[in-house]
Amino acid sequence: MPSVDATIASSAGLHARPASIFIDAVKKQSVPVTIAKGDGRPADASSILSLMALGAGKGDVVTLAAEGEGADEALAELKALLETDLDA
Amino acid sequence: MTATEQSQTLVGIGVGRGIAIGRVLRMPDPLPEPATTPSTIGPDSERDRVTAALQATGADIRERGERAGGKAQEVLEAQALMADDPTLRSEIDTRIDNGATAERAVHEAFGGFRDMLVGLGGYMAERAADLDDVAQRIIARLSGVAAPGVPESDEPFVLVARDLAPADTALLDLDKVLALVTSDGGPTSHTAILAREKSITAVVGVVGARELVDGTDVVVNAGSGEVVVAPSADDVARAEQARAAQLNRASVPIGPGQLADGTAVPLLANLGSTDGIEGALAAGAEGVGLFRTEFLFLDAGSSAPTVAAQYAHYSKLLRGFSGKKVVVRALDAGADKPLPFLNDAHEENPALGLRGLRALRAAEQILRDQLTALARAASESDADLWVMAPMVSTVEETRYFVSLARELGIKTAGVMVEVPSSALLADRVLGEADFASIGTNDLTQYTLAADRMLGSVSSFQDPWHPAVLRLVGEVGRAGSAHGKSVGICGEAAADPLLAVVLVGLGATTLSMSPSAIADVRAELRQHTREQAVQLAQAALRADDARGARDAVNSLVAELASS
Repeated sequence: MPSVDATIASSAGLHARPASIFIDAVKKQSVPVTIAKGDGRPADASSILSLMALGAGKGDVVTLAAEGEGADEALAELKALLETDLDA
Repeated sequence: MTATEQSQTLVGIGVGRGIAIGRVLRMPDPLPEPATTPSTIGPDSERDRVTAALQATGADIRERGERAGGKAQEVLEAQALMADDPTLRSEIDTRIDNGATAERAVHEAFGGFRDMLVGLGGYMAERAADLDDVAQRIIARLSGVAAPGVPESDEPFVLVARDLAPADTALLDLDKVLALVTSDGGPTSHTAILAREKSITAVVGVVGARELVDGTDVVVNAGSGEVVVAPSADDVARAEQARAAQLNRASVPIGPGQLADGTAVPLLANLGSTDGIEGALAAGAEGVGLFRTEFLFLDAGSSAPTVAAQYAHYSKLLRGFSGKKVVVRALDAGADKPLPFLNDAHEENPALGLRGLRALRAAEQILRDQLTALARAASESDADLWVMAPMVSTVEETRYFVSLARELGIKTAGVMVEVPSSALLADRVLGEADFASIGTNDLTQYTLAADRMLGSVSSFQDPWHPAVLRLVGEVGRAGSAHGKSVGICGEAAADPLLAVVLVGLGATTLSMSPSAIADVRAELRQHTREQAVQLAQAALRADDARGARDAVNSLVAELASS
């Protein structure tokens, strides 16, 4: 399954505003996307509770994965979003 | 209840002396945990109910967010995402498929995520409250009851609650709150502290407050601790008159604290950080009676702050009170306020454990560094620095602290009297110490053996109790015999009438939240020293806190009419 690593740029990690913006973008994709931290189990990237449960802070690396038509584009777009400081 | 029914008087513990007249609005109680009884309508119907409740709750939260705007909208948007979270939904469905009701499935699914967030600690753990709020809203909708939370109204109201949590008070529009009435909670509960800080009329721990319903007219009298339900026209007229008289009195101009006969009673501020300096000065504080230093240590992380870092803070504090008295309390921590570099051992009963001066003595370098930093800051300032040790329980501890403080260059060293043993031996404690300051919250806790943090015994936590007052009197007598200052720095000093009683018992200075100073200043001006002593004697003769308050109130009325 295609996957990319992304480094979280938002200063307080994935919560509230950064999480909302990210989830909106995930829901717009044509394919389901998962997110995982380290060796953790991949979770639904459109779930705010799963995102919060990752406990991912600024500088942590997460892995996004998706399969099917448009997967590569989706991953590239979402990686770029995570690597932007959405708290700013 | 309507106004045609006979009026009824409920009794609790008043905070301050305010009087308010208004309509009740209840804060809904937290929902009970949904029962584990299996569903009787089957998984498909339960799933439909959940779908409807989640959608409606999410929409409701989004709508509130749009109304609020700004930061609040961001928080509410995140909460709305929780309501339509796909992972949560599958957790709920799994439980429903196993036979749970919609309510129970929502409760358990949220509970699982909640535990996970709490396990992560820090910022995420604080979000657990947001999650709880969403869960309560969904369950309320499923059960067809009002969602818990702060009620909203365009008209001012008397808020009736079990007790207010800090999260509730943050959302409360205080301009609309005429008074607070709680069924639980004592004089040191969050509600009471909030009321004192914001000068809101409040009566806490009111038996029968749970039965008050929305729309009932009440008169809330904090001075007498009474809530008159469905008052008569006479009751209302009397209350309005009393309130008008009070408003007149509160306009005593800012100036030094003194009794009607001119006896000076300096009014000092309790501060928890240097942020409060301006507010304290604006309120007319004549100095600082209690500067808590815990924040310096709590913010420092895994090791104690350096002498240099502490010195910078103390210098800032002393600069703010140039030419005035500043009483700093040495670090007050223990198992109840654990610090990794002090005592973070688990104790069954932290209030009776290695805390206050006991903990400092076990880690003497921390105390030495703090005293060194304080002495250095004082040597460059014209403020009058006094330093006191927290939770001193023996004469020997007093001697230890005073001699260490002197060795490190502190000119005026005293102790806090919070433990009955120190009050009972105050004559000898004050033989060693330069001054004493009575912490009435802890003194009450230890005298009545009632945990300050425990709601079920909060009715014991009343500094009006004659046993507490008698101990204060012991310290006052010793202070006067030795010619030494006896301060009060607990919540008791912020209760205007109790403040007069404490002066009658021999307190020479009063220290309180800056917002309480105006009311206390106005009350002190109403009584002579001789009257304060009479009021104190009336309080001491009572059997309990309620009796003491009643006796003092009626004597005040008698003295005023004579």
